[in-house]
Amino acid sequence: MTQIPTQTSSNGRSAMAEIAAIAALAAGAVLSLFLSLNAADPVMAFHAVLFVAAGALGVIGVGYMWRQRASGRSSTEGYNDGVVKYGVIASLFWGIAGFAVGLYIALQLAYPLLNLDLPWTTFGRLRPLHTSAVIFAFGGNVLIATSFYVVQRTCKARLAGEIAPWFVFWGYNLFIVIAATGYLLGVTQSKEYAEPEWYADLWLTIVWVVYLLVFLGTLWKRKEPHIYVANWFYLAFIVTIAMLHIVNNLTLPVSLAGTKSYSLFAGVQSALTQWWYGHNAVGFFLTAGFLAIMYYFVPKRAERPVYSYRLSIIHFWSLIFLYIWAGPHHLHYTALPDWAQTLGMTFSVMLWMPSWGGMINGLMTLSGAWDKLRTDAVLRMLVVSVAFYGMSTFEGPMMSIKAVNALSHYTDWTIGHVHSGALGWVAFVSFGAIYCLVPWLWKKEGLYSDKLVSWHFWLSTLGIVLYITAMWVSGILQGLMWRDYDGLGFLEYSFVETVEAMHPFYLIRALGGALFLIGALIMAYNVWRTISGASAAKAAAPALAE
Amino acid sequence: MKHEIFEKNSILLVIGILVVVSIGGIIEIAPLFYLENTIEKVQGMRPYTPLELAGRNIYVREGCYNCHSQMVRPLRDEVERYGHYSLAAESMYDHPFQWGSKRTGPDLARVGGKYTDEWHRAHMDDPRSVVPESIMPGYPFLAKTALNYQKIADDLQANRSLGVPYSDEDMASAVADIETQINPDSDNVDAFLARYPKAQVRDFDGNPQMISELDALIAYMQMLGTLVDFDLYQADAFYR
Repeated sequence: MTQIPTQTSSNGRSAMAEIAAIAALAAGAVLSLFLSLNAADPVMAFHAVLFVAAGALGVIGVGYMWRQRASGRSSTEGYNDGVVKYGVIASLFWGIAGFAVGLYIALQLAYPLLNLDLPWTTFGRLRPLHTSAVIFAFGGNVLIATSFYVVQRTCKARLAGEIAPWFVFWGYNLFIVIAATGYLLGVTQSKEYAEPEWYADLWLTIVWVVYLLVFLGTLWKRKEPHIYVANWFYLAFIVTIAMLHIVNNLTLPVSLAGTKSYSLFAGVQSALTQWWYGHNAVGFFLTAGFLAIMYYFVPKRAERPVYSYRLSIIHFWSLIFLYIWAGPHHLHYTALPDWAQTLGMTFSVMLWMPSWGGMINGLMTLSGAWDKLRTDAVLRMLVVSVAFYGMSTFEGPMMSIKAVNALSHYTDWTIGHVHSGALGWVAFVSFGAIYCLVPWLWKKEGLYSDKLVSWHFWLSTLGIVLYITAMWVSGILQGLMWRDYDGLGFLEYSFVETVEAMHPFYLIRALGGALFLIGALIMAYNVWRTISGASAAKAAAPALAE
Repeated sequence: MKHEIFEKNSILLVIGILVVVSIGGIIEIAPLFYLENTIEKVQGMRPYTPLELAGRNIYVREGCYNCHSQMVRPLRDEVERYGHYSLAAESMYDHPFQWGSKRTGPDLARVGGKYTDEWHRAHMDDPRSVVPESIMPGYPFLAKTALNYQKIADDLQANRSLGVPYSDEDMASAVADIETQINPDSDNVDAFLARYPKAQVRDFDGNPQMISELDALIAYMQMLGTLVDFDLYQADAFYR
């Protein structure tokens, strides 16, 4: 860490911030205590107790920061990497938890006895747990950790605020715990990928605003005149997710002391608002955010500049403009008016172009460095993730065509499509970024074992291939069986016959998921050995390649 | 215009992003609130009875929407398998909609009246007792859990605030309406049916000792898709 700029805040200002934080946390804890004593239902009482505990731990945490500062043991100079390290560990933890739940519910579909006849373990409650754990807990922690790392390096500035970044990390993970325990106890809005109830949504809104302020605050301190392209994508992700989250979760609680609420919109309006949100959770959470990771980590790892600056600009603006229109393709042939379906389809097809623009920009960044794919398993993971991105962003526009969608919708084909994006693109680019970050953050020569990275890569790739091919076959098979007629003009199959036909593919899918989970466990072992290893300090990451 | 402006000014970049990502949503979503032909005018739609609403809340709580759609598409096989394609009007009181996105199990938009209460009871207790190939979870606990309905008027009130046309009388008799709907011998049945036409009145779970969560869930499922009078519905008039 040679020429890192410093930013010293006076002790007085730090003390004021700490006092304000302690007061706010204590007030929140007291309010939560009051709520838990007056809760209208047991889950609200439980969640209020969690908030009390979080507030109390927050007070202790800020007190600890105070003591460290007062005794001169903490530094507010150089980059703030402590919170990034926590984010990396949390990502691994939630990733493995989310993959494990995914494997379990995959097995439930093959062997329904695994639902155990208990309220807390049925597929209906565990499936949101799986989707939220992988998207918001794993993906969200990866995004927070990498964005905090990348924005500091590309701005040559320390993160804005000392307490605020920690608040974002812990506050976000508290939201995850509230959401996850809520699902198991039957608290849900029943809106896919927006299941948490109103009070969890309010809490996330507070955390998200602080996240935006930390990010912007760091941009304002930048020593570089230009804002780097990765940060455009992070910013679009943070700003747009805020808009989507707030509008889609507009709701009226039955009681301020209870968990239940009724969403502001009904029927067709609620459907389109939800899928405007839902598709752009894909577009901005799972795409824009992770493209930011691509734009920093691929050039960094390949030690080559981004292929085309001009393509980055076109890619960025056209992607965020077109994505927002694509929601109605989730509602083809429903009671949504035809004009909206047609608009959604048209823009979804157009979306193919900026998506592949981004893929080309990522892949071509390897120009002159393709040989590294032979030796660097981490780079291989990053590059394959971009290839999967290209594949699923071709498949998506194709499935949004109404004639195709009439067959694919309601079937496993959609599940396969989602997982080629989620496992192949989102998870792989995250794994690649984490493999880069761990030695950089913990100042190690390199990873404990490159061979284990290779094992992770091949096991996971095989798992993904098994998963998506099984879902292609089962989805298309079921879609065709539903619409099959016999010679006399009657439906050929009863519904349950089409369910029975899915069994072998559900087993193959579970096998694919198991391989993916094993890969992640290998990764966790590798990361743990890297962190605990004694291999001595290596200088921080080299200067930014742009 | 030079792109440099956005790259050197974070606030301009934020404003640019906000403008660009707002356009699509405004053009697609906003008209749904004022274009009159978005929701068809039909005969027969009414708000849920308090028992049906309680059942719908259990449907939501258990995450049934993860595997069951409530949206029949206007495709030949779907109309033959499930019945008339779904209308926007049929979910106009659904806060939020339950159209779903996946059919691991069959569509439920018109499941009302398709099976007997006895079938539903057996199916909820152990799905494989009536459909051996089923992969649905069992819900034996619903029959054993008493329905918590003393504050159901608050739920009606929340829906009413959002535009669901519950009357003052519906509000005042919400708790009594639940007890009436599972008791065909009650003196209040006629008044109840006058306010909630086509509501089905009987002991859905077959257990007169208790108003269970299963009572509510079966009451909800048995009314799904039964309200609109399709004899009076003219699709051409609402061609969109």
